[in-house]
Amino acid sequence: MSALPSNKFDFLCQDVRKRSGLVLGQEKAYLIDSRLGPLARKEGFASVEALIDAMIRGDQRICVAASEALATHETFFFRDKTPFDLFENVIAPALKTARMGRQLKIWCAAASSGQEPYSLGMLLDEIPGLSADILATDMSASVLEKAKAGIYTQFEVQRGLPIQRLVKHFDQVGDSWRIKPQLRQKVRFEQANLLDDFARFGKMDVIFCRNVLIYFDIQTKAKVLDRLAAQLADDGFLLLGAAETVVGLTDSLRPISGHRGLYAKPAMAAKLASAA
Amino acid sequence: MKTCLVVDDSRVIRKVARKIVEDLGFACEEAADGQQALDYCKKNMPEAVLLDWNMPVMNGLDFLIKLREEPDGKKPVVVFCTTENDMAHITQALRAGADEYVMKPFDGDIIESKFAETGLV
Repeated sequence: MSALPSNKFDFLCQDVRKRSGLVLGQEKAYLIDSRLGPLARKEGFASVEALIDAMIRGDQRICVAASEALATHETFFFRDKTPFDLFENVIAPALKTARMGRQLKIWCAAASSGQEPYSLGMLLDEIPGLSADILATDMSASVLEKAKAGIYTQFEVQRGLPIQRLVKHFDQVGDSWRIKPQLRQKVRFEQANLLDDFARFGKMDVIFCRNVLIYFDIQTKAKVLDRLAAQLADDGFLLLGAAETVVGLTDSLRPISGHRGLYAKPAMAAKLASAA
Repeated sequence: MKTCLVVDDSRVIRKVARKIVEDLGFACEEAADGQQALDYCKKNMPEAVLLDWNMPVMNGLDFLIKLREEPDGKKPVVVFCTTENDMAHITQALRAGADEYVMKPFDGDIIESKFAETGLV
C-alpha cells in the first residue's frame, strides 16, 4: 500500500469529513488505495497522491468525487431482513390504524442504489390496505441515477430476494433485471446530504437510516439523530442498522423494547412498552 | 444433521457446492445426473436438493417432476442452480415444484440467502 505524506493524508481526511461526515481514521486507510486508486486512474492521475494534490489545489469536482468514492454504497434487497419484518409486523399494523387509510410517508435516507426503498415497495404490495409515498435520498448523484434506473445485475437480484418476488417485480433485460415501471414509479429519488438541512421533506411516518451513521463521529451522529427526530411524526418510527443505537446520543428518541433496531419518540416508545 | 443432495454433471461445481453446503451445516451427497439423483432419493429422501438443469441421462426438470410424484417426494426443498437464467425457465421450474432458483454463477452468500428464504437455515 502506498504511503501518503501525513499532511496530504490529513487534508484528505478533513475534506472528506467536511463533505460527507465520513471519519477516515488509520483503520480505514486501506480504503484510500482501494477506492481512490480506481478514481485516480479514471481521472488520468498518475497516482492517488496526484489526485489528492488536485484536491489541495481546489478542484471541487475531484473533491466531491473522492468523497463519493470513499463512501460505502453497499446495499442489497431486504438487507438484514429484520427491519422489513419489523415494518410488516409492528409498524404497518400500528400506522394502518393510526392513519386510517391515509398514505404513509416513508423516507429512506442514504438509500444508495435503491434496494432498500424498492424492497419496501415490494413489501407494501403484499400488505392490503396500506400504501405509501416513498422518498429515497442519497448524497451521491451517480448512485441515485443507478437507483432511478432500477437495473440490477444477476448477482444483485439473487441475494435477499425470494424467486417469487423476482418474478413478480422485475423484467429481464438481457442478463440484467429491471424493476417494473409500476414499482419504480412508487419511489421518489432526490439528492440530499444528511449533514445539510432536510426540513423541506416535512414530517415522516417512518424513517430508515441504516448503516450510515456508523461512519460519522459521535457529535455528528447525535446532531443527525436529533434532526431526524424533528422530521418524525410523534407516533412515527425510525429504523437504524443492527450495530447502531440512539442510546447515549440523543434524548429525542428511545429504543422500542423487544424490537432491536426500532426507535420512536419517548412518548410513543413508552406507549408501546406498556401495551406489550 | 440434514442432508443436501447436490445434482450437477460438473465435478467442479459439485465440489464447490459441497464446500458451501457443508459450511452451512449440511451433510452432502452427490449425483451426476437426474437418474442417479432419483435413485438416491428413493432410498434416502434428503432435506434439500441443489439441482442443475442440463444433464445427461435425465435432466433436472424431469428429475423434479418424478421426485414430486414419489411418496415423501414433496418433502425436500428443491433449489435449482443453473445457467438457464431466463424467465421462461424460472416459471417452468416453479410450476414443476421447485422451491427456489439460483442462476449461475453463484457464491456462498447467494446459496445461504436462498436456503434462508426456504427455511433450511
